[in-house]
Amino acid sequence: MIATAFAERNLKEILRDRLNMLFGFGLPVVMLILLSLMQKKLIGTEGIFSLENFVPGVAVFGLTFISLFAGVLISNDRDSSFLTRLFTSPLTGFDYIIGYSYPLLPMSIVQSVICFLTAVFLGLSISINILLAIVTLIPVAFLFISIGLMMGSLFSVKQMNGVGPIFINVVLWLGGIVFPVEKIGGTFQMICNALPFIHSVDLARAALNGNYSAIFPHLLWVIGYAVIIFILAVILFKKKMKG
Amino acid sequence: MNGIAINDLTKKFKKRTAVDTLRLFVKEGELFGLLGTNGAGKTTTIKMLSCLLEPTSGDALLMGNSIINDPQSVKRIINVSPQETAVAKKISVRENLELISRIYGDSRQEATKKTDEMLSLFGLTKRAKDKADSLSGGMQRKLNIAMGLITNPEILFLDEPTLGLDVRARRNLWKTINGLKGKMTIILTTHYLEEADSLADRIGIMHHGKMQVVGTPEEIKKETGENSLEDAFLSFEDEEED
Repeated sequence: MIATAFAERNLKEILRDRLNMLFGFGLPVVMLILLSLMQKKLIGTEGIFSLENFVPGVAVFGLTFISLFAGVLISNDRDSSFLTRLFTSPLTGFDYIIGYSYPLLPMSIVQSVICFLTAVFLGLSISINILLAIVTLIPVAFLFISIGLMMGSLFSVKQMNGVGPIFINVVLWLGGIVFPVEKIGGTFQMICNALPFIHSVDLARAALNGNYSAIFPHLLWVIGYAVIIFILAVILFKKKMKG
Repeated sequence: MNGIAINDLTKKFKKRTAVDTLRLFVKEGELFGLLGTNGAGKTTTIKMLSCLLEPTSGDALLMGNSIINDPQSVKRIINVSPQETAVAKKISVRENLELISRIYGDSRQEATKKTDEMLSLFGLTKRAKDKADSLSGGMQRKLNIAMGLITNPEILFLDEPTLGLDVRARRNLWKTINGLKGKMTIILTTHYLEEADSLADRIGIMHHGKMQVVGTPEEIKKETGENSLEDAFLSFEDEEED
């Protein structure tokens, strides 16, 4: 399968960018350590910053970097003549999407595993629910990879430099990662609930806390958004292929 | 047999016609030089022939395969060396070459073998493990062309292959291109007229999307009564401007 050769190249490009690795794998770990320390110092935040509540949010936050890896790689390729060369090759639209997505899925899983291992080191109780939470993060990873594919198809390298941090902040603030959105309520909460990010976090939280009945509704939101965004990304990318 | 048969190929961008009912036949194994000033329609023509742009009307057959009805078959038999260096910068020289070989269907072993041949042909063996972005501009350009050749295409598009190269590197590349003559059909675009004069079997001069003249360099010089291809080229451009 010729997409494999292209996927191998993409994996090498991402892994060889040390800054990518530092942010993608290091920042969520640093965040976990800092917030774990904060929890010990800030009285009254035990619920919010308990590891069971906070780790799924940080794991989802980490996946925003997977979106950025995909987005920056595609926009870099689009800005250079390299993709023009590839567009004249026998690679099909399907091969491109597989080639860009395929290396990111195992990376996402490794990232989630690192996140939960760090949490265990910080005191998270070991249970089968950790494994379940990691599994539920696979469709979430698919969602974030799709968002990355779409961003890369839409934006240039320069635009990605601006859009990337905005996207990370949107996920951070509207995903219920740093505070419970119910505390603000109103329109803000409505907007948060209409987006997939809070459902991604709540999905992993439900799995980690053994609240199995709450998994399915959030999973529907995540898969629904992921499929729609993936299809949009494919359409946009194919449009770019046609010049 | 014609390597390339272009029939009334037209490309319009809104009101502007970039390529206007182009008809051209390039023989199999011929090296055809496509000349013209900026905006003449050369790059748009190459983009359509290499299936990067859909024509507004008309068609072209590349070794009998239609760019409209069977672009996938066209893509299997062509390769390009774009004007801007088109290499993946964070992977090595060897990895770039192997990647191109494999996405055209070669196995890992075949790709390694062909890569060794290209590295040797372009004098890149010593730099094989270096990242592409650590190469000089001239070396990157060599890699760019090697990536176009590694698939042994039946039709090769060379878009300004010697742009930015020093005299020695340019002459070396001319030697390599000369060695390819007869082995594959080549479309060469260049702003260096002495390059076209030296390398091309036949030349076509485009202006405002239309083909003005097609012939051997000697035929074109004779037709215009000029001693050099550059003067002949300018005479066509001048005629249009007058």
